[in-house]
Amino acid sequence: MIVEQYCPLQIGRKEMLIRKSPELTHADVTPKSVYLDRRKFLRAMGIVGVTAAAANGLFDLAMPPQTALAATQFTGLLKSPFSTTEKQNTPNDVTHYNNFYEFGTDKGDPAKNSQNFKTSPWSVSVEGEVTKPRKLTMDEILKLAPLEERIYRHRCVERWSIVVPWIGFSFSVLAKLVEPTPKARYVAFETFFDPRQMPQAKYGGIDFPYVEGLRLDEAMNPLALLCVGMYGESLPPQDGAPVRMIVPWKYGYKSIKSLVKIRFQEKEPPTTWNRYSSSEYGFYSNVNPNVDHPRWSQAKERRLGEIFTRPTLMFNGYGDQVASMYNGMDLKKYH
Amino acid sequence: MRALLVSKWTKVAVFLICLIPFADLVWRIIKSDLGANPVEYLQHATGDWTLRFLVFTLCITPFRKLLKLPDLIRFRRMLGLFAFFYVSLHFLTYLGPDQSFDLAGMWKDVAKRPFITVGFTAFMLLIPLAITSTAGWIRRLGGKRWQMLHRCIYVAAVCGVIHYYWLVKSDVRKPLFYGALVAILLLWRLGGWISRQRTHSPVRAATPRTSMNG
Repeated sequence: MIVEQYCPLQIGRKEMLIRKSPELTHADVTPKSVYLDRRKFLRAMGIVGVTAAAANGLFDLAMPPQTALAATQFTGLLKSPFSTTEKQNTPNDVTHYNNFYEFGTDKGDPAKNSQNFKTSPWSVSVEGEVTKPRKLTMDEILKLAPLEERIYRHRCVERWSIVVPWIGFSFSVLAKLVEPTPKARYVAFETFFDPRQMPQAKYGGIDFPYVEGLRLDEAMNPLALLCVGMYGESLPPQDGAPVRMIVPWKYGYKSIKSLVKIRFQEKEPPTTWNRYSSSEYGFYSNVNPNVDHPRWSQAKERRLGEIFTRPTLMFNGYGDQVASMYNGMDLKKYH
Repeated sequence: MRALLVSKWTKVAVFLICLIPFADLVWRIIKSDLGANPVEYLQHATGDWTLRFLVFTLCITPFRKLLKLPDLIRFRRMLGLFAFFYVSLHFLTYLGPDQSFDLAGMWKDVAKRPFITVGFTAFMLLIPLAITSTAGWIRRLGGKRWQMLHRCIYVAAVCGVIHYYWLVKSDVRKPLFYGALVAILLLWRLGGWISRQRTHSPVRAATPRTSMNG
């Protein structure tokens, strides 16, 4: 298997050019209450679209930013060659049609139940088979690399899909920072869990905290995104604030939300949906129109906003970047 | 109470009430207020209302007996036909947006996917019931045979619940809720059937009891 040939020396090789840290500081951050009010205010005036940027500036002048809270506007984002030119979904679709079982199982539940989710202060523990384990604050994460906008297709196992302009940088940047040891073959991820903030979780039917995993080479693939925002702003709670993974060639549940722990390890980590039903949700969970979910076909999908279905693409259309990682593998067996 | 139940206007009112979910969907379509996945919204709403109307229909007989309101029978056909109305819409949301009106593709899907198979079976079972829901058909078939045929609704309701249960990923509360309602309504009938068997058995023949049909 490819992964066995992986060693830390190779990790940095495919790395993109790392510029000096981004210009983001506390001072650039608008408090969430201000931000939300501004949205209401703009909506009320019916000028959200074109004039929003100008209004933002004025508003910030009128109400100077205070401490760091959730919603941030990101500027100076780099464009990415991985971006698709397909039509993007509306922010409203992407924020009101979510699977985040900690906040309820209906698609509309997370938007309703996550608004008081406390995402600041936040830190992510990076540990396990690494030379330099670290606990990173959100501020530190935002400074690891210049932020890119990556417009990705996102395919849910439930046969719907979206196109979202995510913001972040390749996960490999973070991995390189902590220097995985030669023993590291997998990366395990864990979502924050607090039953008091997430009382709906007990009806979810799955175990929490939510855990996911990738093979090390998958995690190091430049497409694998450590994501901190979308649509030019920081992530809303229901979309996995403040930091999550985006693994666009795999079904959506692999793109774990609200990360608190990243662990490099030798053994394949357990993953939440696989634990729930291993015949239905494999460890790999690569988007594959030829391997059906036992209960439904995966050959087609419905893009949100569309009535009829469209064919699902192998590796969600990212075969050029990822197919070589699975050469010679039985993708039905390792689904 | 009886005067209210037999009033023509009550029937009209119930008819209009049964149309409210449909009117709501039409209104939402006009207003584009079906959320991020409109097709799924229509599929779930029509599926939910089918199960609800099946449950309402199955409630009529127990309620007639338990509440001593035999006139409730006046609404059973209407409720059953509304179940059929909503399941037909449900089927159309599948045949159209999901299968692009491709019948060959649909048959393949029906044959391959247990959750589609069982849902499609429920739909098929309800078709003859809708057709033979008229007084003319009761006469033509004869009361006993007509009643036998219409027991298909029991199977259809169970299939409908299984269809829903197999659809959801892990939160099975709603399918189990419908399952519990259907189970209670069918067990009540089973209880009646068992006590009837006893009544008709030679040993108990000396103490005849009123039978519970339906």
